[in-house]
Amino acid sequence: MRILFFLLRKEFRQIFRDKSILAVIFILPSIQLVIMPQAANYDVKNINLAVVDNDHSSYSRRLIAKVGSSGYFRIVAASPSFKQGLRLVEANTADLVLEIPAGFERNLVREGSQQLSLAVDAINGTRAGLGGAYLTRIIGDFNQAVRLEWQSPAPAAAIDVTSSNWYNPLGEYRFFMVPAILVLLLTMVGGFLTALNIVREKEIGTIEQINVSPIRKWQFILGKLIPFWVLGMVVFTIGLTIARVLYGIIPVGSIPVLYLFAGVYLVALLGFGLLISTYSETQVQAMFVAFFFIMIFILMSGLFTSLDSMPPWARYIAYCSPVTHFIEVVRMIILKGSSLRDVSHQLGYEAIFAVVLNTWAMLNYRKTT
Amino acid sequence: MGAVTLQNIRKTYEKGTVLAVDDVSFTVEPGELFGLIGPDGAGKTSIFRILTTLLLADSGTATVDGHDVRKDYRAIRSTVGYMPGKFSLYQDLTVEENLSFFATLFETTIAANYDLIKEIYEQIEPFKTRRAGQLSGGMKQKLALCCALIHKPTVLFLDEPTTGVDAVSRKEFWDMLGRLKQQGITILVSTPYMDEATRCERIALMQSGKILSIDTPANIIKAYPGKLYAVKADAMHPLLHHLRAYPAARSSYAFGEFVHVAFWDDQADDDEALRQYLAGKKHTGIVIKPITPSIEDRFIDLMTAAPANAHATATR
Repeated sequence: MRILFFLLRKEFRQIFRDKSILAVIFILPSIQLVIMPQAANYDVKNINLAVVDNDHSSYSRRLIAKVGSSGYFRIVAASPSFKQGLRLVEANTADLVLEIPAGFERNLVREGSQQLSLAVDAINGTRAGLGGAYLTRIIGDFNQAVRLEWQSPAPAAAIDVTSSNWYNPLGEYRFFMVPAILVLLLTMVGGFLTALNIVREKEIGTIEQINVSPIRKWQFILGKLIPFWVLGMVVFTIGLTIARVLYGIIPVGSIPVLYLFAGVYLVALLGFGLLISTYSETQVQAMFVAFFFIMIFILMSGLFTSLDSMPPWARYIAYCSPVTHFIEVVRMIILKGSSLRDVSHQLGYEAIFAVVLNTWAMLNYRKTT
Repeated sequence: MGAVTLQNIRKTYEKGTVLAVDDVSFTVEPGELFGLIGPDGAGKTSIFRILTTLLLADSGTATVDGHDVRKDYRAIRSTVGYMPGKFSLYQDLTVEENLSFFATLFETTIAANYDLIKEIYEQIEPFKTRRAGQLSGGMKQKLALCCALIHKPTVLFLDEPTTGVDAVSRKEFWDMLGRLKQQGITILVSTPYMDEATRCERIALMQSGKILSIDTPANIIKAYPGKLYAVKADAMHPLLHHLRAYPAARSSYAFGEFVHVAFWDDQADDDEALRQYLAGKKHTGIVIKPITPSIEDRFIDLMTAAPANAHATATR
């Protein structure tokens, strides 16, 4: 125990002496939390629309005015032909082309139906899908209005669906994103720093001096784990504070449960970092391997995309990453107020990750080659 | 029983394709200052790493202080001091922090063994609040030695401690080793510098993983066969060429400003014949003088005599 204390003192001294790493540990999380949720946004706005009006009637003008005033679209051009409208899409100035055929008003009045053509630039799938949907909705509204004008009262029976958003009433993107970024931060601190730390001792050769001393493997590994665990928890606290002050996100669930989960998660992730460091010889190697895995962990974690829309095989991969469970749980606790019982399943997973990764790392660390 | 014993130690790298240590056996007596002398790649560091339990030998047995390196590695780790060839202390910790950290690793304190390091530590004490990374080369070596000594080891392993250190610091370093030896610590030191060999009590000359000779420096020189001459002339390059063609000479190699010419053991000491031979080849300014061989001469001699893989690279 005494030796462990001295090891810890040495580690903390080294961490606090390396100003650049210290800056990364404390400043980067803050900056990420301040910038990311504001910049990255799924709400689709300012969709550039090119209109091809071949009719020039009062109805077509009314339709265009309705689209323009919806707030989602920016009418960038009124093109004389569909071809020219499409050219604007090619030049990236327009995302959508709405073509109103000649005789739009006449057909609508006389035959009671008319078709419109909508061309969507689908390079950005989300934007295209949402843009198309909004426009369809607006046209539907317009249709309804037109119909009401003609056939006075006698409304047709229709099912009207009203929805309400739970846990995130305004459907705000930041409520979804900020808790996930907290996870991201913890992952960076836990995964990268430990991986690099031991490899650095290998590179400088100090590990040789440690290896010829009587200190035990578990002492050495604990000496590496504890400082970064503490740092991780500090970063997590900073993150929670920023979320509260800047975004007004106050965890609905219990904070001790949140910390319990973060603690177990960190142990798992530190084990992952240690494991990489026992296999790597140089810092560059460790960095790349850690980057490779953490990248996959994050992309598959449901941070940006929904887990439920993944194909089954991808979902299995996602479940094999500790990050996935933690993101899910952080959102559950912070936004839904889930209790320990609700997340006990995921906590079990994290505990398994923690035990397996650390045991593996401990077994793979050899004092003799 | 010796303080350090090696029995038929063999070590290969790269799945057996590179032979680093080839069937090496020797014994170091307690309290002895023993030197492993040889060029880079001779296998010195591999032997050190095997003895300090950092590396497992392919075959053979070795003991340190009576403990087997394979079975009792734990006992060895708490009694030996090891100073690797590369400076490997924490560069971002201060001199004092490094020293006290290594003391605590061995569950001791600086104060407990201060008398052992006092003399060396006093030289770096003015810089004790300086980070180790900012010390000069000689200072770093002294600090590393202090750290290796702080737990009062019974056997001290120093792997090329003087490589990259200036001449004055090297001399000081060897003086320190001499005094440590008087405290009864067994010291095993390796060096590529032949001139340092004479500071050891016994040396092992190593080349390509093999031991060429083990003896006291004096005996190793005494065992030199035949006479050795230093020859100089105005045109050095053709001189070397002609000397190599001279039948009475066993070997000739450039050595500083001279060419060292080793005669066959059974040849009469006939430097006059050599002078005439060289004059016949139109050499001017000929100087021929008999010299006492140095360790390096003996090493080159052993190396050229050793079969196969020995290359005569040690010219300077």
